[in-house]
Order: sequence, then C-alpha cells, then structure tokens
Amino acid sequence: MSAMSSPIEIDDEAAIVAQARLGDAKAFSELLRRYEGKIFRLALHITQNREDAEDVLQEAFLKAYEHLDQFQGQSKFYTWIVRIAVNQALMKLRKRKSDRSVSLDETIDTGEDTVAREIAAWDENPEQQYSREEINEILSSAIDGLAPIYRAVFVLRDVDDLSTEETAEALELSVPAVKSRLLRARLQLRDKLTRYFKRKGDDAFAYM
Amino acid sequence: MTPLLTCKQFLDELSDYLDEKTDAGLRKKLEDHISECPNCWVICDTTKKTIQIYRGMDPYPIPSEIHTRLMSALELKMARKT
Repeated sequence: MSAMSSPIEIDDEAAIVAQARLGDAKAFSELLRRYEGKIFRLALHITQNREDAEDVLQEAFLKAYEHLDQFQGQSKFYTWIVRIAVNQALMKLRKRKSDRSVSLDETIDTGEDTVAREIAAWDENPEQQYSREEINEILSSAIDGLAPIYRAVFVLRDVDDLSTEETAEALELSVPAVKSRLLRARLQLRDKLTRYFKRKGDDAFAYM
Repeated sequence: MTPLLTCKQFLDELSDYLDEKTDAGLRKKLEDHISECPNCWVICDTTKKTIQIYRGMDPYPIPSEIHTRLMSALELKMARKT
C-alpha cells in the first residue's frame, strides 16, 4: 500500500473519503475518529449490550474499510456506515433473541401509542434540576425503554440530527415509516421524561 | 371558520409541526387547535422540550480501551490487505 503521507488539512469529507479509497490509512483513520463515538452509541442503543455494541462497532468499520470501493459517494459516509452498523446490530439481536425475528420494518400498532398518558406541564428548564450525569442517565434509559424500531429512528433523527431522508436511507425504511416511528418515539419519550421534569404540584389545567 | 382539528389529527401532525415542515394553512389549523386545547398545548410544549434536551445531549465519548481495540483490529486488517 502506498499511503500518501500528506496530512489531511482540508475539512472536506468527500476529499477524505477519496483519499481513503486510494488506500490512505490516515484518511480512513480520520473517518473512524469522526464517527466511532456515534456508531458505538447507536450500537449500544440497539443491542443494549456493551460487548455486542463493541463487536458491531468493529465489524462496521472493518466492513466499511473492506468495501470502501462500493461506497458511491452520493450519500454521506456516515449514512453509509450507519447502514452497515444497523444491519450488524440487528443480526446480533436476532442471534440473542432467536425465538423471534427482529426487524426495523415490522408493522407497528398505529393506535393507542400515539395517545399521551401523562399530561403535565414541565418546568421552564427542567434539566437544570439534575446533574449532567443524572441527565445523561435519564435520557439514555428513556431511549432504552423504547422498542428497537423506535430507538434507531429517534437516535439518528433527534440525537445525531440526520434529516428524515438520511434516516430513511440509513435504515432502509420509507420516509413515511421514519416519520410515523419518529412521532411515536418522541411521544413515548415525552411521556417517560414527564415523570422527571414535570412542574411540581402543577397540572395542565392549572397551567393554562 | 373551519372546524377545529381533533386531538388525534393534531397529534398525527405534531412531528411535522415541530420540525416546521407543515404548510401555512395546516400550521394555522394546528395553532388554532392548541390555542383551544390545553392538553395538546402541553403535549406540544413538552415534546418540543424533549427534542431540545436530546439535541443538547453530550456527545458520547468512546471508552479509550474500545478505541484502542478498534484501531488494532483495523491495523491488522490493513496489514493483511497490503
């Protein structure tokens, strides 16, 4: 391998990917450094198991390295590697829960779960009542309480800030499927967080 | 005046409303609904806060031993490919 020795100075992802495709190890390491944290977090949320998440992380980056020539460059590198990581993570889930198949595309009940259960106004800046560690723990465990089909959509769309279209592409779902999952995920999380963030001694009607 | 949306109709559009993806006409109908419906106002406000809190979540720092093992695995793979 004749790795180019020039350091990466420009912050242009397409150029970094192009260098990596030419076999530049440093360029690929730069992509890894950018996204390993996000991929690990996503894998943790889907598999809910640290060992599996680490396996998913390694498999995703090794596969990406191996198949970099198949990356078309029409989408973002992150969207592409998320797709690989999600497939790996779902395989892990299926192996562990061999009694039932796990898919992001399974049909979902469209009825009751859009109905909010707890309706109470929150404090103006509810997160300020908790330490940073406590907030991270509350937010993570709320996500982990969602079904796998909602977790991945929510993390990509609202934590990683991908667009609806990018999320659809990464998860191989239709745009309407992403939207309906996102709505349910948001409403369910809102419900879960209300327990922690609601204004004490208050209710919706008193607030109006 | 057009009839108010039902709560179910409002909730179905909530994501697009919060993402500012609704057209002006629908937006007006949704805003008319929340000005009349305290429950949906609260759901809308707290869902908005939910999204804001998650967007501000700390980036997950990858544990250093996991980063180290990932780099070793990659270097091994790169060496094989040479």
